[in-house]
Amino acid sequence: MRGYLLSRLRQMIPVVLGVVTVVFLLIHLIPGDPVEIMLGESALAAQKEELRRELHLDRPVAVQYGEFLLGLATGDLGTSFRSREPVLREILRRIPATFLLAGASMVVALLIAIPLGVLSAMRQHSLYDHLSGFLAMLGLSMPNFWLGPLLILIFSLGLGLFPVSGYGTAGHLVLPAVTMGTGMAAILMRMLRSSLLEEIRQDYMRAACARGLSRRAAVLRHALANSLIPVLTVMGLQFGALLSGSIITETIFSWPGIGRLTIQAIEARDYPVVQGCILFIALCTVTVNLLTDLLYFRLDPRIRHE
Amino acid sequence: MSERASRKTLARRVARHRAAVAGAAVVVLVLLVAIFAPLLAPFDPGAQALDSGLSGPSWSHWLGQDRLGRDLLSRLVHGARISVAVGLGTVSLSLAIGLLVGSASGFFGGRIDHLFMRLADILLAFPGILLAIAITSVLGPSLRNVLIALSALGWVGYARLIRGQILKVREMEFVQSATAVGSPPVRLLLVHILPNAISPLIVEATFGIARAIVAEAGLSFLGLGVAPPAPSWGAMISEGRHFLFVAPHLTTVPGLAIMITVMAFNFLGDGLRDAMDVREASP
Repeated sequence: MRGYLLSRLRQMIPVVLGVVTVVFLLIHLIPGDPVEIMLGESALAAQKEELRRELHLDRPVAVQYGEFLLGLATGDLGTSFRSREPVLREILRRIPATFLLAGASMVVALLIAIPLGVLSAMRQHSLYDHLSGFLAMLGLSMPNFWLGPLLILIFSLGLGLFPVSGYGTAGHLVLPAVTMGTGMAAILMRMLRSSLLEEIRQDYMRAACARGLSRRAAVLRHALANSLIPVLTVMGLQFGALLSGSIITETIFSWPGIGRLTIQAIEARDYPVVQGCILFIALCTVTVNLLTDLLYFRLDPRIRHE
Repeated sequence: MSERASRKTLARRVARHRAAVAGAAVVVLVLLVAIFAPLLAPFDPGAQALDSGLSGPSWSHWLGQDRLGRDLLSRLVHGARISVAVGLGTVSLSLAIGLLVGSASGFFGGRIDHLFMRLADILLAFPGILLAIAITSVLGPSLRNVLIALSALGWVGYARLIRGQILKVREMEFVQSATAVGSPPVRLLLVHILPNAISPLIVEATFGIARAIVAEAGLSFLGLGVAPPAPSWGAMISEGRHFLFVAPHLTTVPGLAIMITVMAFNFLGDGLRDAMDVREASP
């Protein structure tokens, strides 16, 4: 396990460096003078100079890159133009809300995917299976920026069951979590169905049934646990997409997380915050992918013996 | 089997997949609407009538009017052009880059392959539309920038797919025979390997169009897609959601258009995957 961890960490180093480089280069992609774009054409020359100095844009690119890396190593992501606060502090303040939403979305996804996937696999080619397949396709094709307003229309404005937007109570969490979890539920459901179908055809299942276990009991006690391993892996790999999707969902529901911070920063042309948020989501993705790999390594004995 | 005969067999297999046929029919319909949008739209999509803003469906405006009194049906029809342009444009650009990089990586291997794999790992650390959001946030909203932003990551999937296919096909006997009789590398790649490695790419491209349509709409929803007043479906949902209570049709109608179009491409992709017996590609 230790050897595997070290080898994966070694592989991660160039990826993290690459991600940091891409994020650093973002500000240099701005067409024209980034300072003028951030402050507007009417800004005074002195203001422009001050910002240029603050962003270190008055130095050669290589020096800027070195300083950027050094800053990252010491936890310095720069200062927000808007709030004049360190970017890292702004991000840290928003993390709990985003992780709460991501966690709740995963729970929603599992609550939808497991029963639908299991029933679908147990009744393959039945009307129920086709209906579940259609629902999964619906979930995959329904964009969250449409599902969110639709849920608000039905459950908030129509039925008055949940608040339209905001943060603070369990009620506030339901609609954003369903919005974000639906797409993932569709992916997990399809994955669970095909993985369970494969397990059901294994010899150990035939043996379990031969020993007198009902098919249902054999599936729930033996096959389901095995078929959940690839589902957990996909779930881990989808975590990054979930964080990226939070940018839209948090905007719809005014959820005070990293996603909303990103959009607010983009609207205000607060590029240090934009850079910080993008970097945070990308590094989270890399870390969760690594953790997923390690979890898979722990759960599946076949990988350990390879 | 001749190429024509194999194409007929493929068409017959797709035709057996009812959902794929329905998907293909909707895809053709959306393409026709996009091509003939100026003829089909009853009004100029930008023409405003402020006094009748937020009106519901009527005989003259079948789907109602938005906040500025613009005809929703006309905007929806013209919006199909943007979706189709982004879908096809992104996939074409991504395919071109992916084919080039993936072929070089899989065929030559070594340092080129190593470099590509590391670059792919880095880009894949930016999940979903994160990289596209980052790029359009600095480049500004426009159709060209959306194409650049979506292709910046889009090519990686195709390149990895074609690389894997090349590694598989190059081990086959007919390729080794061609190598043995002295076929030059470029001919080997273009005539023998690529045509036999292309099926999963076609399937993946079908799903790719669906993904690009959703991504463009998502970017436009955030104000980072096609610049206003262009009638992007995503921007229409974004504008409409502020009037959910008084004019829900402004949100539901463009959302339905996106969902049906995306679903059609996904069903078609599923059908093609089954017909071509491709296991690698998935939405």
